[in-house]
Amino acid sequence: MLEIWTDYAWPLIWIIIKILLIVIPLLIAVAYLTYAERKVIGSIQLRMGPNVVGPFGLLQPFADGLKLLVKESIIPTGSNRVVFILAPMLTFTLGLIGWAVIPVADGWVLSDINVGILYLFAVSSLGVYGIIMAGWASNSIYPFLGALRSAAQMVSYEVSIGFVIVTVLLAVGSLNMTDIVLAQQKVWFFIPLFPMFVIFFISGLAETNRAPFDLPEAEAELVSGYNVEYSAMSFALFFLGEYANMILVSAMTVILFLGGWLPPFDFTFLYWIPGVIWFSLKVSLVLFVFLWVRATLPRYRYDQLMRLGWKVFLPFSLFWVVVTAGAIVAFEWYPK
Amino acid sequence: MSEEPIKNLTFNFGPQHPAAHGVLRLVLEMDGEVVERADPHIGLLHRGTEKLIENKTYLQAIPYFDRLDYVSPMCQEHAFALATEKLMGIKVPERGQYIRVLFSEITRILNHILNLTTYALDVGAMTPLLWGFEERERLMEFYERVSGARLHAAYFRPGGVHQDLPKGLIEDIYEFCETFPKFIDDMEELLTGNRIFRQRTVDIGVINADEAQDWGMSGPVLRASGVAWDLRKSQPYDVYDRVDFDVPVGKTGDCYARYLVRVAEMRESLRIIKQCLKDIPDGPVMSQDHKITPPPRSEMKYSMEALIHHFKLYTEGYHVPIGETYTSVEAPKGEFGVYLVSDGSNRPYRCKIRAPGFAFMQSMDFLSRGHMLADIPAIIGSLDIVFGEVDR
Repeated sequence: MLEIWTDYAWPLIWIIIKILLIVIPLLIAVAYLTYAERKVIGSIQLRMGPNVVGPFGLLQPFADGLKLLVKESIIPTGSNRVVFILAPMLTFTLGLIGWAVIPVADGWVLSDINVGILYLFAVSSLGVYGIIMAGWASNSIYPFLGALRSAAQMVSYEVSIGFVIVTVLLAVGSLNMTDIVLAQQKVWFFIPLFPMFVIFFISGLAETNRAPFDLPEAEAELVSGYNVEYSAMSFALFFLGEYANMILVSAMTVILFLGGWLPPFDFTFLYWIPGVIWFSLKVSLVLFVFLWVRATLPRYRYDQLMRLGWKVFLPFSLFWVVVTAGAIVAFEWYPK
Repeated sequence: MSEEPIKNLTFNFGPQHPAAHGVLRLVLEMDGEVVERADPHIGLLHRGTEKLIENKTYLQAIPYFDRLDYVSPMCQEHAFALATEKLMGIKVPERGQYIRVLFSEITRILNHILNLTTYALDVGAMTPLLWGFEERERLMEFYERVSGARLHAAYFRPGGVHQDLPKGLIEDIYEFCETFPKFIDDMEELLTGNRIFRQRTVDIGVINADEAQDWGMSGPVLRASGVAWDLRKSQPYDVYDRVDFDVPVGKTGDCYARYLVRVAEMRESLRIIKQCLKDIPDGPVMSQDHKITPPPRSEMKYSMEALIHHFKLYTEGYHVPIGETYTSVEAPKGEFGVYLVSDGSNRPYRCKIRAPGFAFMQSMDFLSRGHMLADIPAIIGSLDIVFGEVDR
């Protein structure tokens, strides 16, 4: 009997506790990211942003969430019901499961697998399915066009993200996320690999459908893109998934280029501050740039986006892979 | 297996669409993302303004003009006031003329802020809109101070303007002129040099000079195509011949040129406003013929004649001699004309309104053909269409 407890039940409970420890802070982060977005863009646009619900409007995200929760879910008659309901769930789930391999501090990771970065890459690639399914199942023109755009866009930018990851791997010599962070003890990768850092960030914007690449939900053209027909909780799941993805891509940027949980300088006293704080600060910084970009730039057109992805980013990242590999071989900077 | 012809996708753009600028309904025939044909449907905001005016006295017709193009109300009142004055052969005192020019130019800025910033919003840049509305609010306050209403002013009347400028307004407008260029610079910083904005607007919706004239374009759209045609220069009304300003002319006739022309026009408007503020003389603001304009309140207290004038003016109105006229002004959007026919009674026999937006609307099809869906909002935005005047 005790064996069942120690071998089966307890590990299960323990992993569920760990999952909850990741998911709950993540969902709170998502809620406050929407708040931060409205506040940051508000101050850029000389407005107040939310300031009524709770002190400084801090309860606004929960008010919004509650509103969406109690609203009626409308399923259009012409839609494919199963796929229509499945799509937001898929988007939301994919936004969460990527976090399984993200080390938020030294050793603070759900599963420290050796192919961590590949897993992340796979999860973020799957994200497109939620949107395609939503667009197709809605059986309406605006979501359909939004889904088509999003499919093309995500696939294109994934290619250059792939090459960016390859350069980082060349420099690290491991696919494990913790190893990637630890390899940046001396110098964060955004310094030697600066062009790749920029490409990764921009591709990240495209991958998460954020401005200036928010074509799938371009309100001026497609009203709201793939989620036009959604309401209530199914809409909220898309929304949560999208913002969780934003945080995930920021976390990837931080891990690949900004030294993960490491403090900015190699001083001992900086290590007194827990790694998770450094990590959160860096992620917040990247997210701030996400919001800043949204408030500043106009939106690309579909063909221009494709041109940028295939004709600029792809050749350049390919070229830089070769340069990095060549430099590593020529100067014998092999990773240990 | 025989080849099936692939049917184009029919796409209903509007009337409830965030980029449709009011109630435009475009039926787009699309091959994927490429627009093959654009079919504008109008009339959803038709209120029968022209017919309504036939049953109103000349003075009562004025407010209808505010409600045509509701982002540039005073310029349209101006056209009607000028037409009526022409039929009646009355002259507006100089101060009244200066105030009209002053407020026409304020209206131009008011219109261009709204157009440029919503245009930017349509191509995805949100921030200029919010910045612009801050400035727009200040202009609306000038409207309010001078006429009591922020939007539907009914301020320009046949014979002059309704009231003199309140105390301190000239100083405040001057102060606005000093600070407003900062906004234009900020906006230009976000848009003019922005690569994405340029990619979205350069070579989109090109109209060459001949086409523009053939299709009856006017205003910034015509000037962006390289035709230096401005009614304020070619047939100056009120005191436009006494102020010094340039007419910005574009070269390429694309969406970007239209944007640049409007930005430049805002700066020129500021120049005109400043000159008006400097040169404005003292004196009455409306014609002293009290059969046409109301007598001063104070006079009505003791003068029987003034009281009768006032009563007659606001009940029966004035009779306009038989005749007809086409009078047009350079409204912010283009040539806004009023064709007024009088049969000698106190009501217009016919009042045909020529709205610039209607001519722009016709060109939607050939402008958007071959462009992508995302260019449609850019083209609509750059043409500056307001449905109040297109549908009338």
